Amino acid sequence: MPKENAGVTKHGSSLWKDARHRMAQNKFAIASLGVIVLMILCCFVFAWFCKDPNKVNLVNKFATPSGDHWFGTDALGRDLFARILYGGQVSILVGLIATAVSVAIGIVYGAVSGFAGGRIDAVMMRVVDTLLAIPFLVLVIVLQATLSTFSGDATNWIVENWGWNKELTGRLTNVVPLFFALGLFGWLTLSRIVRAQVLSIKEREFVEAAVALGYSKARILFRHVVPNVLGPTIVYSTLTVPGFIMYEAILSFLGLGVESPNSSWGVLIKEGANFLETEVQLLLLPGLFFSLTLFSLNFLGDGLRDALDVKASKD
Amino acid sequence: MFRFLIGRLLQGLLVLFALYTITFFLAKAMPGEPFTSEKNVSAETKANIRKLYGLDRPIWEQYYVYPKNIITEGSFGVSTSKGRSVGDIIAQSFPNSLLLGLCALGFAVGIGVPIGVLSAVRRNSWVDWSCMAVAMVGICVPSFTIGPLLQIYFAAHVPGLKVAGWGNPQDVLLPAFTLGLVAAAYLARLTRGGILEVLSQDFVRTARAKGLSPAKVIIKHSLRGGLIPAVAYLGPAFAALISGSFIVETIFQVPGMGQHFVNAATTRDEFLLLGVSLFFGFLIVVMNLLADILTGLLDPRVRIAGQSD
Repeated sequence: MPKENAGVTKHGSSLWKDARHRMAQNKFAIASLGVIVLMILCCFVFAWFCKDPNKVNLVNKFATPSGDHWFGTDALGRDLFARILYGGQVSILVGLIATAVSVAIGIVYGAVSGFAGGRIDAVMMRVVDTLLAIPFLVLVIVLQATLSTFSGDATNWIVENWGWNKELTGRLTNVVPLFFALGLFGWLTLSRIVRAQVLSIKEREFVEAAVALGYSKARILFRHVVPNVLGPTIVYSTLTVPGFIMYEAILSFLGLGVESPNSSWGVLIKEGANFLETEVQLLLLPGLFFSLTLFSLNFLGDGLRDALDVKASKD
Repeated sequence: MFRFLIGRLLQGLLVLFALYTITFFLAKAMPGEPFTSEKNVSAETKANIRKLYGLDRPIWEQYYVYPKNIITEGSFGVSTSKGRSVGDIIAQSFPNSLLLGLCALGFAVGIGVPIGVLSAVRRNSWVDWSCMAVAMVGICVPSFTIGPLLQIYFAAHVPGLKVAGWGNPQDVLLPAFTLGLVAAAYLARLTRGGILEVLSQDFVRTARAKGLSPAKVIIKHSLRGGLIPAVAYLGPAFAALISGSFIVETIFQVPGMGQHFVNAATTRDEFLLLGVSLFFGFLIVVMNLLADILTGLLDPRVRIAGQSD
């Protein structure tokens, strides 16, 4: 084996290396990443060491913040800090899982559309255009209203057949419709992005080589083309997470989303708005966590997108 | 331009058809009865009510009869939860929503565009950064946090403004402002981007080189081209206003269409759901068309591309 480059550590600057470098220079995006990591640690790790978010204590309602209750208590005497962290779990999970659902659909749809080309491509993209013209929230409300009517039946079925705990199952079946209501129509823009990338990748030499080797179309598409689209697509999808978190809050605010005893940031803001005159912190504190997370996710998504913008790299 | 518009109209019809199909089958997929609130009703009465609403017919027939009735009789059906004609409900609530929407759009353009221009002109200064940070806050802080805060810290202290309600002309101000904020934030970002793009072009350098004042360069040479992304966003902005109105109408108790839509979805009132969502779809199609025409007027490239299409 000839070792021409032995001892020489000269590497070409890859797309990802460039992107990482640009990312490191974007202080807003790095700070946002820090906030997000901290928020996830709080909601998913620290929350386990908090008080029970559902423990009602009517003697101690609307308590002011103290060493015992860091953010005070709500109208039923429940610890607000614990409720915000547990609510964050639901909000963040909805954002992430709905994004995963929409990425899965968007990648398959966009990749097939771009790879097939011609008439199939034209029809598939026209379908996307048509669905994009309908207000997302209108579709989501109708879909969520339909899906959530099956929650009760699903709970009973799971409890009967699988013997799960009824309360926990009820919480799960309350949240799961949201993942699909948001994800099932959330893939439209993503599929366009995937398609555009597939269009450029399918002209590359390694795809030609795969064709020459006689591989099937499905194998070429999913083993050779899609893996090359995956990275940038997932980066782009960072920008859809805050959108989904916002839509979850909107649905919950309208009474179509997460229901008690589950909590989410949308539910907490809605509850807080009822006691605005006297207890403004019940609205402000969940709103602060919510907005801070959205703010950071947006900045991080913008930063990642700018960092990966191939057009701006290597002149 | 003509062929372009015809194409857009056909696409609009396709959009309405898709919206109708999705809403229809989702409404049909909901389990249970639309009349569950009326308990202790005999099976016979239920069957009669179903017959009255045409719900006893086969699904494909219902699917085809509803649009037929809209086209031939202008009838959107009868609401199963309210017992009134859907057309009446829309006719009564739409003017309120329209007033709210137009005022919100006014706020959005009046706030968003100047901020975007200012940001672009003072690029990378603290003015720019603070404007864009405020715009980001507008996008990230939900209207159901801003709305209640405005109610308690503003409406409660300013004479003439009410915390919630509808009846006096000034009652539209706070809900419209709350509703317009998000669109204003997006408009500011789009305007900034559009103007920056134009400012980097050669004809702007020429205009500067021949000694025009900075104000004239912005107003006469950059604004028209720089506003194109913002104008193209007006269609989607209107869609965003409709979505936002679901919430703002709830907070400020505005008797508009958004509430009917949400109620229809939760009470399985399928004719109201179909009627209101089709009406929303129609508005969106019209607004998108208007935005296209405006973009065409501002941008000759779009006109020419449309002709050669």
